[in-house]
Amino acid sequence: MKNLTSQTWKQVINLSLLGGLITVLIALIGMVEAFAPRFIISGLISMGQVFLLLPIFIFCFLNLRKIGTARKLEQFMVGAVTGLIGGAVVLFVLVVGQLVNLRSVFINASPVLYQIITFKVPFPTGYIVPLAVFLLIGLIATGIYILPTRWRSAVIQSLGVVLLLGLMRDLLVAVITRWGPLTVLLKWMFAFSGMSLIGAIVVFIVMVGLAYWRSTRPIAQKKTTFTRRDKIIRYSGLGAIALMILLLPQILGIFFSEVLDTVGIYILMGLGLNIVVGFAGLLDLGYVAFYAIGAYVMGVLTSTGLGFFHLTFWEALPFALIGSVLAGVILGLPVLKVRGDYLAIVTLGFGEIVRILALSDWLRPWLGGTQGIQSIAQPKIGPITLDNQADLYYLILAGILIAYFIATRLKDSHLGRSWMALREDEDVAQAMGINTMSTKLMAFATGAFFSGLAGAIFAAKLTSAYPHSFNFLVSINVLSLIIIGGMGSIPGVLVGSLVMVGVPELLREFAEFRLLAYGAVLVAMMLIRPEGILPEARRRLELHEEEPIEELAENDTAQAEVGD
Amino acid sequence: MTTTDENILVANKVTKRFGGLVAVRDVDLEVKREGIQSIIGPNGAGKTTFFNCVTGYYTPESGDIRLDGRLITGLSTDRVTRLGISRTYQNIRLFKNMTVVENILVGMHPHLRSGLFGSIFRDKRTNMEEAAAVEESLRLLRFMGLGGQGDMLAKNLPYGAQRRLEIARSLASKPKLLLLDEPTAGMNPSETADTMRLIRRLRDELGVTILLIEHQMRVVMGISEKITVLDYGAMIAEGLPEEIQRNPTVVEAYLGRGSAEGILGKSQTSSEPA
Repeated sequence: MKNLTSQTWKQVINLSLLGGLITVLIALIGMVEAFAPRFIISGLISMGQVFLLLPIFIFCFLNLRKIGTARKLEQFMVGAVTGLIGGAVVLFVLVVGQLVNLRSVFINASPVLYQIITFKVPFPTGYIVPLAVFLLIGLIATGIYILPTRWRSAVIQSLGVVLLLGLMRDLLVAVITRWGPLTVLLKWMFAFSGMSLIGAIVVFIVMVGLAYWRSTRPIAQKKTTFTRRDKIIRYSGLGAIALMILLLPQILGIFFSEVLDTVGIYILMGLGLNIVVGFAGLLDLGYVAFYAIGAYVMGVLTSTGLGFFHLTFWEALPFALIGSVLAGVILGLPVLKVRGDYLAIVTLGFGEIVRILALSDWLRPWLGGTQGIQSIAQPKIGPITLDNQADLYYLILAGILIAYFIATRLKDSHLGRSWMALREDEDVAQAMGINTMSTKLMAFATGAFFSGLAGAIFAAKLTSAYPHSFNFLVSINVLSLIIIGGMGSIPGVLVGSLVMVGVPELLREFAEFRLLAYGAVLVAMMLIRPEGILPEARRRLELHEEEPIEELAENDTAQAEVGD
Repeated sequence: MTTTDENILVANKVTKRFGGLVAVRDVDLEVKREGIQSIIGPNGAGKTTFFNCVTGYYTPESGDIRLDGRLITGLSTDRVTRLGISRTYQNIRLFKNMTVVENILVGMHPHLRSGLFGSIFRDKRTNMEEAAAVEESLRLLRFMGLGGQGDMLAKNLPYGAQRRLEIARSLASKPKLLLLDEPTAGMNPSETADTMRLIRRLRDELGVTILLIEHQMRVVMGISEKITVLDYGAMIAEGLPEEIQRNPTVVEAYLGRGSAEGILGKSQTSSEPA
């Protein structure tokens, strides 16, 4: 095996410096301090510390991956260097912070932060602490990195699970307490804040075992012929999942149902925008407009507050849908000739126009201006009014099922192919006899239909509609969830919504740093996995053709390492 | 100029300008039914622009083009395709990230009727139509020597196969007239020979009229029944291959560009100084 060259060391040092800078940045914007009281493992590791140490951990991995195969000693050296450099950068800030008052610029550079960084060891001994801690992290990271591939991913996954459980302790405890007997059973797992040490250790060990067991199983899923037994397993699995989805609000309680509702509304919108952007390749940044139109039509037609009409939810729904579809066509007509970036700008403008109209004095008698519309009708089925989160969940679920069905059918059809062709090369698509106008309009209209449905349900859920619910960020959120899930992939929309909408809803305390995390996730995704979490098979081929080969190579090295 | 039954396409004084540049100037062209005809000319002579006028991608400033006696100038490309003209491109323009079969199915678009509701509810007619279309595309692929490659992404095909797929895709719309823009560009001699055979088969077995732009003289002279020569957007000669080979204006148009300065000095105003 070759020795590491000075060139490689240079790269390692550069990356480590970057890691250190990111650590400092995270500390100085206040994330470390804000989450210091929040324990992941009670009394031992706080979320703040995780934020402080995670970047170096990750950069250690990046460095180790960069140097490729090397001797164990060298790998540990790289890990140590990464940790030490990261620690040195932090130490530098610490020293400067002691000499100069950084707070005039960095509000969060407070003594409390320094205490966290030095782990409450007083100065001057405290100066050594970050170096030592980061060195330790570097070594631990290397230790995990050099594990055989299976163990490595098992350990990382389990660490992730522990982190997640600790983070969501409050929510989980709230859910568990709904189920009497379970409370006793699981009480040992959680402490007053975060997980208990024993809980964390047990969960970690169990998860490592599970993950390892799963990875050792032969890959049997890729069978092409199914025996009867496979089918039974498959269908009972699907049945269990379906039952699970049906019972979710009952199991999880009100707060989670609320989150699920929000996620569901975004899934509906995502499924629609996925047709416009993912299938037909028309970048629409004003998608919120149709959502707003769906909501406002529902509002105007049913609101007893406004008192123009007194339709019920179900009577008004068709009008809301027709309204959105018409708006889709109206937007579509003038922008048919506009392509790519320009289309994005035009649609962006359209979205803003709709919001500003809703906000305007001119339409205030109709739409309520800033005050919005109140007392919008709630949907009724027979004698039951769907007025709580759990009931609305089923309404949204029904909407999603319909949208999902339509989207899957359209994707694999004559029309779906035309959209795809349009996305690939508009001129050629037209030269193949595709009427680009009607095909584009169809995409806009279908997308608007789903968005209008989401808007109508949203209005009925809140029983009100305000202009500020329909700002530009909604469009961006929907677009990001599609990109994160995998452009053009229908299951990707579900995953994307859960990740981009569900997780932030659950981690409310991150609110302050939400956009930061959003941006970071987007950038990271685009760099590491541009095709999204659950990409369409086709896109994966587009972007990662060499993947299987790479995987094989990785397995080989893993085996070689075992052989050592 | 009247349309007779033996001409499938008649262009009459077609002119296309881009600002001050006249890309195609008063071009008259007749394409015989079930013939193989070529348009040749130096680079920038306006051949592809003329194609674009025929297919409706450009609307000529003046002149008219008739397909089977029907005026098609000013129609959009998709309308023209539906009326029976299909084309390939100089630089291959497949739907790269769609499979081979999907490319053909898109080409079949003008013949598929199922709409939004058919696609969603999958009624019997839609299903039958889809099944027939897939069947038909597989048949077409076999005809073009692309059998068994239907599920590959178009961009993963080798170069020659991509050219053939592009022709197959344009055939899928069952055109009366097929416009081929440099079908043998970038091919080696044996691939070129195969393509020439293929073009003849298209005409002989499928009865498609073929109009092609080509640079390789071996192909042009070997395959064409009539040749039209464009230079600076204007037609400078028309006739049988032998006539064109001997035509002094044509020789000058070609050699005046490609060869030494000596000839340039002697050449008349119509020659390009570069």
